[in-house]
Amino acid sequence: MTRAKIRKFFMYAFLIIVSFVSVFPLYWMVSAATNKSADVISGRLIPGTYFMENWKNLIAAQNIGRAFGNSFKYALILTFVSLVVSSLAGYGFEIFHDKAKDTLMSIILLAMMVPFVATMIPLFQMISKAGWLNTTIGFILPTISTPFLIMMFRQSARSFPHDIMEAARIDGLSEIRIFFQMFIPTMRSTYAAAMTITFMNAWNSYLWPKVIMTDATSQTMPMVVANLTEGYVTDYGMLMLAVLICTLPTAVVFFCLQKAFAEGITGAVK
Amino acid sequence: MSKPKKMTLSKKQNLMGWFFLLPGALLIFIMSFLPMFRALLLSFKSGVGANMKWCGISNYIRMFQDTVFVQSIKNTFLYLLIQVPIMLVFALILASILNNKDLKFKGLFRTMIFLPCATSLVAYAIIFRSLFANNGLVNLLFVKLGILDQPYAFLTNTTSARIVIVIALLWRWTGYNMVFYLSGLQNIEYSVYEAAKIDGASAVQSFFKITVPLLKPTILLTAIMSTNGTLQLFDESVNLTKGGPANTSITMSHYIYDMSFKYVPNFGYSAAMSFLILILVAILAFLQMKVGDKRD
Repeated sequence: MTRAKIRKFFMYAFLIIVSFVSVFPLYWMVSAATNKSADVISGRLIPGTYFMENWKNLIAAQNIGRAFGNSFKYALILTFVSLVVSSLAGYGFEIFHDKAKDTLMSIILLAMMVPFVATMIPLFQMISKAGWLNTTIGFILPTISTPFLIMMFRQSARSFPHDIMEAARIDGLSEIRIFFQMFIPTMRSTYAAAMTITFMNAWNSYLWPKVIMTDATSQTMPMVVANLTEGYVTDYGMLMLAVLICTLPTAVVFFCLQKAFAEGITGAVK
Repeated sequence: MSKPKKMTLSKKQNLMGWFFLLPGALLIFIMSFLPMFRALLLSFKSGVGANMKWCGISNYIRMFQDTVFVQSIKNTFLYLLIQVPIMLVFALILASILNNKDLKFKGLFRTMIFLPCATSLVAYAIIFRSLFANNGLVNLLFVKLGILDQPYAFLTNTTSARIVIVIALLWRWTGYNMVFYLSGLQNIEYSVYEAAKIDGASAVQSFFKITVPLLKPTILLTAIMSTNGTLQLFDESVNLTKGGPANTSITMSHYIYDMSFKYVPNFGYSAAMSFLILILVAILAFLQMKVGDKRD
């Protein structure tokens, strides 16, 4: 074998091992969700037929449907509002930029450095004083506008052709209509990336809902799944089914928007 | 409101710009800068609920005498110093392998390595907790292979509990950083690599002489993001090891949460601890940017 071939062999071997390690825990989760807990413990790795039993046990233990609905509602509303607000801001910062706005933008970027724990307690006090504990608005308010998304949309607005905009202005299109009818359709991949990031972050968020969702009826999916690990005996089949259900929405979003996500990131990194 | 009779076009545009960015900018000030300022004020107070009193810097003195908090700082930095460099180097190597034009199944490999990012933080923490449990798959495998005589309590021994957290973090985030590097590599002309190859440069040489210098801005970005994320670790500490055994794997955010919402709420003290995290994030980001600039 030539040196090049040996190197090639090691490269593929390395990639296959890394891929296997990446995928295996997820495969194990899926297979465990369809097996009896005792079988999972004894090391059974092939999918079984215990799925329905696990499901029955799960809905008896926790109100999964309600938690799933809550998470979905919070994440969907946050994603929608956040995309509108952040893209408006990013567009405003770039298209109408002047010295004052550029300075403001660099101040806003500093907010990226503010860790969430450092604002958590005052935010909790604000939200609870406003009576928004256990509400969607309480969930979404702190993360509607994020420096990262504003930066991303500002970056993409840079590539929005100016002459088209001028032409639209001469045709008498208002600035708002230029934004909604021309900017949004052309920046689809940026929106898709922003959507993926925002939806995933919203769905996965754990600390903030744990702080403000004090009522069982407004708990989110990750909170309910975490609740299942309390107690002495773990039913692995049931637990992994819950973990699987908690993973599905982000996995679906990820697969649908994977390409756009990578493109959008490329835009942000440039 | 009296408007000037004739607004010039540029003035009108200027106002329009403010109209566009105002909601987003205001929200960041109200939801990020204002609470940060209030946390600073709060950190000089003590007491519960409405009975908060000024207490000078006693919260700050207390936190360095609080053995659990000092432990949580040490743990967080341990994760930071071990996990972040390994992860970034690993992600960089994977990205430069996957950037190879002649590679087959490139898309498939990329998708599989990025797949862990599709799981929620709580979900993967629980998966790893189950895999490393006393009756989990890892123990089963090690016993069967004869590496261990009997199951080892990975999660209730200090060193192994910390290692499990590092392994879990590597699993979850390496692919994420790899995608950033792959995106950055797209901006490097592939012909540069081909030219280097013709000139006799080895793969290792072109990695250090081409990939690393040209990706520096991206590496800096990922380093800052990972540092920021690691200093705020919460979900893994809560769900994977529950901070245990005896708080030896607890992270700063986890301890702050417990102090604020689990035990008798002590917002003043928690705010002081959270402010320390803020200062640490700022210092580390500043240092990283300095280092990033210097090598130019």
